[in-house]
Amino acid sequence: MHLASGVDPQLADLSNKLIYSAMVVYTLAMFAHMIEWTFGSKGAVAVRSTEQSGSLSETVAGTKGAKKVTVTVAGAGGGTTTLTRTALAGEGATVVTSGRGADEEDGPGAAGNSTRADLAGRIAVSLTVLGALLHAGGIVTRGLSVSRWPWGNMYEFSCAFAFAMTAAYLVLLASKKNVRWLGLPVVLAGLLTLGIATTVLYTDSEQLVPALHSPWLAIHVSTAIFCGGAFYAAFIATLLYLGKDSFDKRIAAGLTTGPLGTPASVWRRLPAASTFDKLSYRINALVFPLWTFTIIAGAIWAEAAWGKYWEWDPKETWSFITWVAYACYLHARATAGWKGRKAAYLALAAFACWLFNYYGVNIFVTGKHSYAGI
Amino acid sequence: MSKTTTEAELPLAPDDAAAERLSTAPVESEGPTGIGVLGWARWMWRQLTSMRVALILLFLLSLAAIPGSLIPQYQNGQGLLKVEAWKTHHTAVAPIYEKLQLFDVYSSVWFSAIYILLFVSLAGCIVPRTWQFVGVLRAQPPTAPRNLTRMPVYAAWRTEADADAVNAAAHRLLRKRRFRTNLAGGSVAAEKGYLREVGNLLFHMSLFALLGGFAWASLASGTGGKLMVEGEGYSNTITQLDDFNGTRFYGTEDLDPFYLKLNGFTAKFQDKGDQIGAARQFTANVEYTAGEDTSKLKQGTIEVNHPLEIGGSKVFLIGHGYAPVITVKNGKGDVVYRGSVPFLPQDGNLTSTGVVKVSDYGVGPDGSSTQMGFSGYFLPTAPLSFEGTGPISLFPGDAAPELVLNAFAGDLGTDSGLPQNIYQLNTRKLTQLTQDGQPAKARLKPGQAWDLPDGYGSVTFEGYKQWASFNVSHRPGNTIALTGAVLAILGLIGSLFVQRRRIWVRAVALPGGGTQVELAGLARSESAKIAEELAELAVDLQDDAPASEDEDDAAPEGPAPEGPTAEGPAPEDPAVPADQNSKE
Ligand code: HEM
Repeated sequence: MHLASGVDPQLADLSNKLIYSAMVVYTLAMFAHMIEWTFGSKGAVAVRSTEQSGSLSETVAGTKGAKKVTVTVAGAGGGTTTLTRTALAGEGATVVTSGRGADEEDGPGAAGNSTRADLAGRIAVSLTVLGALLHAGGIVTRGLSVSRWPWGNMYEFSCAFAFAMTAAYLVLLASKKNVRWLGLPVVLAGLLTLGIATTVLYTDSEQLVPALHSPWLAIHVSTAIFCGGAFYAAFIATLLYLGKDSFDKRIAAGLTTGPLGTPASVWRRLPAASTFDKLSYRINALVFPLWTFTIIAGAIWAEAAWGKYWEWDPKETWSFITWVAYACYLHARATAGWKGRKAAYLALAAFACWLFNYYGVNIFVTGKHSYAGI
Repeated sequence: MSKTTTEAELPLAPDDAAAERLSTAPVESEGPTGIGVLGWARWMWRQLTSMRVALILLFLLSLAAIPGSLIPQYQNGQGLLKVEAWKTHHTAVAPIYEKLQLFDVYSSVWFSAIYILLFVSLAGCIVPRTWQFVGVLRAQPPTAPRNLTRMPVYAAWRTEADADAVNAAAHRLLRKRRFRTNLAGGSVAAEKGYLREVGNLLFHMSLFALLGGFAWASLASGTGGKLMVEGEGYSNTITQLDDFNGTRFYGTEDLDPFYLKLNGFTAKFQDKGDQIGAARQFTANVEYTAGEDTSKLKQGTIEVNHPLEIGGSKVFLIGHGYAPVITVKNGKGDVVYRGSVPFLPQDGNLTSTGVVKVSDYGVGPDGSSTQMGFSGYFLPTAPLSFEGTGPISLFPGDAAPELVLNAFAGDLGTDSGLPQNIYQLNTRKLTQLTQDGQPAKARLKPGQAWDLPDGYGSVTFEGYKQWASFNVSHRPGNTIALTGAVLAILGLIGSLFVQRRRIWVRAVALPGGGTQVELAGLARSESAKIAEELAELAVDLQDDAPASEDEDDAAPEGPAPEGPTAEGPAPEDPAVPADQNSKE
């Protein structure tokens, strides 16, 4: 008789502790973000102007021999945006400044122009970084405890997925993108995912069933995790687009609050509806080819494991449904009369398919993908 | 973050040559044109090949795929058993479901109708688009529209340089940026990003390859099943396979010829923790030859995820279990049966059930010819007592193997000519042996024998072997499907990440001296960075066409360029045509 174990209990235990610590730190980050949003509403909401970079370009333009050009961009709603590019002759340095037409203003961010709120926001970001480091440590030690890729069951998959989402946000932030307003939703979503993972989905660190002994585990599952994180981010952006769009309409109709009675100051501080719309489109469009790849990689794996690359197993079926739903959304974006809110609803439906594929199919439907471990 | 990207819905001047669409997406038509059947047919075809209908069909396809994931399907692995089980639990709705083909969703009439319509729509969509695109590639980029200020991105300044020289410089710069360019009539027209359209067409076409691969697989594939106990081998023919499912172009006579023998099987299981009993490794050691010639035996292993390819077939490991080795002696002490009998697992701990049929028992204690049958359990790890639980195994590994048997005598029914399930006893003409008024029963450890009551002889549990079951699968069309899939991804990348855009430059000598330089751009994708591209080009162009000092009153028809801080009053609107959606 043969028995197999090969689990390092100390590392497995350390992994659990790291994940719990990450959750505590994320919770603190969440409070800090809440403080940021609360304090931020006190100060007058100033619309972000181009002052910061304006002074710089003034210096450059003031210099003799500077080349300067102003490009006018017609916006979606009939408004215009201008972009000015200035280059110092001979030095090749260019400075871009831009302003927007009055209808497409991006808000200043959660902190408004309150310095206290800004401090809270910075603390929140630092805490998120710390949380992400602990989180990464938890995932790595989990993998080391069994010497394999740490996504063999739903608990591990959820931990990796929450990390992918947080990491994506931090990378955007580090590359100087104006995404700090995403902090609160990202931390909330991460906590929610980890919360479900540690309570409902938890399984001890163990070796894998033979069906998962394959290099495709690393490829198929890690791309699936990445796609999940990105779809989640696009989902948040879509929701905010719908919210901000309703808010804009309500303001135009003379109302003073956002949808569902939300305070206007929150919406004012967020980016413009069109910014959200573009962001969600870009993320979805970026991820769609990768999701296609994930499904194909899964099919290749299925061929090696079960002899048929496609059997309409519930997991396969829902991946397909999700894929078609996103294709539907992309088509909608390219079709007159379906842009804007209608396309956004399709994006929400597509994400709902993704969520069901993950939680619903794993928990309620039995199929060959029985890796949930619960 | 770029704040200057243009929207997909580009304002276009309907009267301008530039309004020629940058996408070959089909145009939405208003209603039936022309009269009679032909008019209607044309209208319907146009509807079918429109984006809106493609959208609706895609949506329907995703909806239609849902029931198949919630209701058991015939075509899934072990689908038949699951469907039958489901039907016995839902007798009321089962016939309705059967009528609606809900147990066979993915080959049902309605599911097929949706995807066939979708593919017809797709064909009707991409064929004209391909032609149109070839035409675009052969033509020059369209010349600059009269009024460049109507374009979504626009820049202008005044210079002292000569108009022709500025145009020539612009032409050179655009070439350097790998645009296709056309310098004519005092202006430069340039276009870039054709790969977007190529990618889009490639993507949609490769969907046909995928469909073709699927279709070929469903017409020309076949799968057989074979269970072997360690030490057994078989030739891949219809008589030696346990079962076979063929298709139109791969029937019983097309089976790939090979010989395969199971030499040994290794199984490892988790022995502690909350996943105790979970499988950790299955390996089948085999010998095989491709073709009929058994003299050139090769060694191989088959594992889950690692099938063995022999000839045109792949052999997959799909199951395993235990086969007790049993010897039966009749009342006279003659050995009437000796062999290993595969028992089928019933649960995760490999509690297995099976039967032994002794058809050549000979003469029974009562002097008449009889047969014997045994049914029972094999438990790889038996509990100390069956009290309360019945015979169940505690662990899938063979830590404490036991065999539990009942004995029957009479007529097995094997001589009736009807095919029989080898894993079931037909007890209609059998009587169970009894002892002290109770059904006779024995728990045996390896090596133990059971003396049967009433002088029927004995059964010995000699030991056990392992068995493995294999799926022998012949599936062509995988390469077609895979190629289609890879092309689809490449196409998608081109389609989603490349931006197709046009740029025009026009330098005109002004009546009062000096030259007016105008740049305009048009892009058709949502993430177009066209404004920045135009700005860079303009800055580069100023090497050859430096802006005049008094440039503020230079642009006679365009918007007044702003001060460098961009804080001045919003620029005057360029003439944005009202018809924003004229494109699709
Ligand atoms: C078989 C199912 C189909 C799938 C899975 C599918 C998928 C896609 C995807 C993912 C895109 C996005 C790529 C992009 O935005 O460039 C796209 C674009 C497009 N599809 Fe399809 N499609 C299908 C059928 C069709 C049909 C039937 C038509 C024609 C009626 C069509 C016409 C188009 C067009 C014109 C675009 C380009 C839109 C643009 O230029 O942005 N597709 N398709």
